Amino acid sequence: MNTLSKKQESSATVLSQPSRIRKYTSSFLPPLILGAGVLGVWYYISYGLLEEKRRFLLRPIHSVIEIGFLNGDNRTESLQALWSSTEVALIGLSIAIGLGFVLAILMSQAKFLERAIFPYMVTLQAIPILAIVPLISFWFGTGQRSRVVVCVIIALFPIIVNTLFGLQSAERGMHDLFTLHHANRLTRLRKLMFPAALPAIFAGLRISAGLSVIGAVVGDFFFGKGEAGIGQMLKKHANRLNGEELLSCVILSSALGVLVFWIFGVIQNKAVGRWHEANSAG
Amino acid sequence: MIFPDGTEALQNITFELRRGEFVTIVGPSGCGKSTLLKIASGLLQPTNGTVEVDRERLGYVFQDATLLPWRTVSKNVELLAELHGIGVQERKKLVKESIELVDLEGFENHYPKSLSGGMKMRCSLARSLTLKPPVFLFDEPFGAVDEITREHLNEETQLLFKQEGFAGLFITHSISEAVFMSTKVLVMSARPGKIVAEFNIPFEYPRKPELRFDAAFAEMCGKVSVELRGSHS
Repeated sequence: MNTLSKKQESSATVLSQPSRIRKYTSSFLPPLILGAGVLGVWYYISYGLLEEKRRFLLRPIHSVIEIGFLNGDNRTESLQALWSSTEVALIGLSIAIGLGFVLAILMSQAKFLERAIFPYMVTLQAIPILAIVPLISFWFGTGQRSRVVVCVIIALFPIIVNTLFGLQSAERGMHDLFTLHHANRLTRLRKLMFPAALPAIFAGLRISAGLSVIGAVVGDFFFGKGEAGIGQMLKKHANRLNGEELLSCVILSSALGVLVFWIFGVIQNKAVGRWHEANSAG
Repeated sequence: MIFPDGTEALQNITFELRRGEFVTIVGPSGCGKSTLLKIASGLLQPTNGTVEVDRERLGYVFQDATLLPWRTVSKNVELLAELHGIGVQERKKLVKESIELVDLEGFENHYPKSLSGGMKMRCSLARSLTLKPPVFLFDEPFGAVDEITREHLNEETQLLFKQEGFAGLFITHSISEAVFMSTKVLVMSARPGKIVAEFNIPFEYPRKPELRFDAAFAEMCGKVSVELRGSHS
């Protein structure tokens, strides 16, 4: 009996090993295959479709890496620009989170506040950034402050909408429970509405985190005073037809976007993964 | 009770509930049973008439368990004591006692998503029990669980009633559930809800599951059923 159970145990551990490997391969293999395919197409276009004198339209990946990332001067310049944009994105995102929370909480407390504020949020969100670039530069100058403003405008809306939706998601019965036991507004917000809102809040944060990077780059593109960010680099390299450097900046900025998206996913998992039914963060 | 849209839900309902009484109201769906309970609990104001209920530490079990999914079983049970400002030490003690009362030991750190329907309901019961409520309202709490679990919960509820000695007001549309647990069964008619019959249930507590197969029990259920049918037509 004893040996039998031991045998089963060991066979179970043996079984779990390949199943774990299978789990990893099943989650990493598909994107790797697709990625390899994309690189193949990239090379095909660079070398197969484009003649030599038109090859600047799409530089092959190894020369992008060589010139964009391995060349010391270019690398230092790009990383400095990346840091400047990261700073703008983080400041902008923090302001958007603070402002978004305050507005969403206000709107969740009274229907008339929601009716009053919400249309303006939709309007703000619908304005093309390009259209208000001159205004922003009148009001906030052409330096970092304006870049942050662009970033906030772009990142704010998903936070407001998702937070508000989350705060309103607690079930009627739960509200009745809090009413029966004489909970005040603050207690209700703290112990019922806010925890109920967390999954939606994180969904909003992940979207906004990605948007804040876009906001920082777009803002930098228009408002280049002071330290150059990724936007300025893109502009410069585009003007000079530096294909490799241009692509390396595109790669850097999207890597930053992926990184913040991923970080918020990890925080989300820590915060709500244990209890939330649909826990799909990763 | 008349709703703003003109629906008259309840009419001329008068009854009294004392400690040591477990009164169940049976009625067809839509007869205003839940409305009556909402009025009793203060969640709704009656358009007419008065209700006197000691609502300071009201026990109330909803149609579904209404557990907060982000709280573990023990944290869920602790909630009401928290809302009533009971100190941490006392709270922990009450939580432990209540969890023992409903047989949920060992599940303290589970989240609601991993509990069965019956266990969720027990957790919900335990949550109210922490307040040691003098009045306990039940709004069709066992309607969503399967028959076997429901009978278990009925047995446990009447044991709790005997142990804790609260005044119970229970809403259901199951006759056998009503007769099994109660000291008194009220039959309610459909819209506008009126109380059309009253039965005192004489069986001794604690009631055993075998009671359900007793001839006297069947006869009692039969009487309630006749009144219920009469009220329906």
